[in-house]
Amino acid sequence: MARAIRVGIAVVVIAILPAIVPSFVVFDFIYVAAYAIAILGLIILTGMNGQISLGHGAFMALGGYVVAVLAHNLGWPYWVGVPLAALASGAFGLVIGAIALRLAGVYLALATFSLAVATPSFLKHYKSITGGFGGLSLDAVKAPAGLPTSGQQWLYYVAWAIAGAAFLASALIVRGKFGRALRALRDNPIAAISFGVNPYSYKTLAFGWSAVLSGIAGAFLAMTTAYVSPDTFTFALSITLLIGAVLGGMMTFWGALVGAIVIEFLPLVAQQVNAGAPSVVYGVTLILMMLFVPDGIVGGLQRLTRRLVRRVPSPTAFEPSVPAAASMAVDQPTRE
Amino acid sequence: MPALLTVRNLTIRFGGITALNDVSFDVAEGAITGLIGPNGAGKTTCFNCITRLYEPSSGEVRFKGEDLLRLRPQQIAGRRIARTFQNLALFEGMTVLDNVLVGYHSRFPGGFGDWGAEEGAVGEAMDVLAKLEVAELAKRPVHGLPFGIRKRVELARAIMAKPELLLLDEPAAGISHGEVTALAATIRRIARDFSTTILMVEHHMQLVMSVSDHIVVLASGKKLADGSPAAVQANPAVIEAYLGAV
Repeated sequence: MARAIRVGIAVVVIAILPAIVPSFVVFDFIYVAAYAIAILGLIILTGMNGQISLGHGAFMALGGYVVAVLAHNLGWPYWVGVPLAALASGAFGLVIGAIALRLAGVYLALATFSLAVATPSFLKHYKSITGGFGGLSLDAVKAPAGLPTSGQQWLYYVAWAIAGAAFLASALIVRGKFGRALRALRDNPIAAISFGVNPYSYKTLAFGWSAVLSGIAGAFLAMTTAYVSPDTFTFALSITLLIGAVLGGMMTFWGALVGAIVIEFLPLVAQQVNAGAPSVVYGVTLILMMLFVPDGIVGGLQRLTRRLVRRVPSPTAFEPSVPAAASMAVDQPTRE
Repeated sequence: MPALLTVRNLTIRFGGITALNDVSFDVAEGAITGLIGPNGAGKTTCFNCITRLYEPSSGEVRFKGEDLLRLRPQQIAGRRIARTFQNLALFEGMTVLDNVLVGYHSRFPGGFGDWGAEEGAVGEAMDVLAKLEVAELAKRPVHGLPFGIRKRVELARAIMAKPELLLLDEPAAGISHGEVTALAATIRRIARDFSTTILMVEHHMQLVMSVSDHIVVLASGKKLADGSPAAVQANPAVIEAYLGAV
């Protein structure tokens, strides 16, 4: 019930926001929607699948460029381009996800990082398709004829509707059998496998789904800016997404929403605090947040309300326990 | 009674160490079989071979006639074989109920969805938890619960797989002396209520001898003896292996 109220409040705020804030803030909030979708993908990947990606900007690039190339080179409408962007990114995600199974922890982080680093060079190289350095400019999104909204407001509502659908679909996916299997694999792969969870298919599919979300986010980034270039999708974007996921909090999907707001607005706030060295303000803020809310803003808020309400004791109040997987010396679970 | 599980000439080497050497035994259907032996005898290794976590160097493991060594580890649960772990292998980030529901994973209809089977699974999980007297903890995170409770959660998870063969790896380890009598009753009750065959690794001799119909003794990777509890206890080689290990 409490969750229904929180979701309701979020929906109402998002719905009335364009009526009460200036249009440049509406513009910012379209980016927030795109980032929220992308960070949601990272939360599923890291929080549920136990994998760290420093390269999801590459999937955003794929999504953004699929929309841009189809629109710019072939004149295809966005409503065709966005689903194709999601599909292309998802297919690429399944391939990378299958490779990711072989790489644990920091090795996977490095492999995905190299993906992010290679993306701009790759885009610059195939300039006949991608427009090279200069990128591709796109037509601004227009509202359908007859609607009293501006093109920007229309895009805002479409982006948030898609974000809502992404959250809902993800919530349905991760609850029940599928999500339980993923979390079981994350917590104790040996035990999960022993109860019949196929580690390859579940982890690969979860990786693919996170790539679908990143692809959609990239498509909206491209449409909002009405322009894509290799510099839109640098490795810094991948890092920023991960910062958003960590700052927002990985334990619930709310972390994606909060993280998206932080990575969109924190640089702007930092700029206002000290125009000379905004990156210093940004960095110090990050360090302070990691010190005081290591489980993210949403995690911190949950702890705060728990302390105020004193409902149930925090689970961490009991004795710490060694993860069972670490204490079990077992061979690789499969040898063909 | 026909053999549900047959282990033949099972051998596994890790580098230069032969952990199991030409071990053969049967597990009779419907019976409780105890697998005993001094530390390092290869009991848990034997479990890990049956559940495919280890790849034996040679030998054969058949369950209802099917060659288990041709299966992948994630296919074992679907053949109705479930296990508990010596040092507990719970999903620490999940609730008691979710831990137990993973036990149902292999019984869900195929594919990645639950196709409406979730509700029935939850009902069955609550029944199993009630039978093991931990139903009121269903929504609690498993992390931080007392050891004895955690062992029961692990047992409940294994029962949820509806096993025809249940492998228990040291169910009495870490449990207080007084609780062992209750555990013996629980194990017998599980065998009866869920009509499952049990193969049990255990160090607690009183428990093994009172619960088991048949006992297999391993020492240093080899089978030393097998037979009824009385016959095994009277076997000079078994007595020597245990005294020698002290």
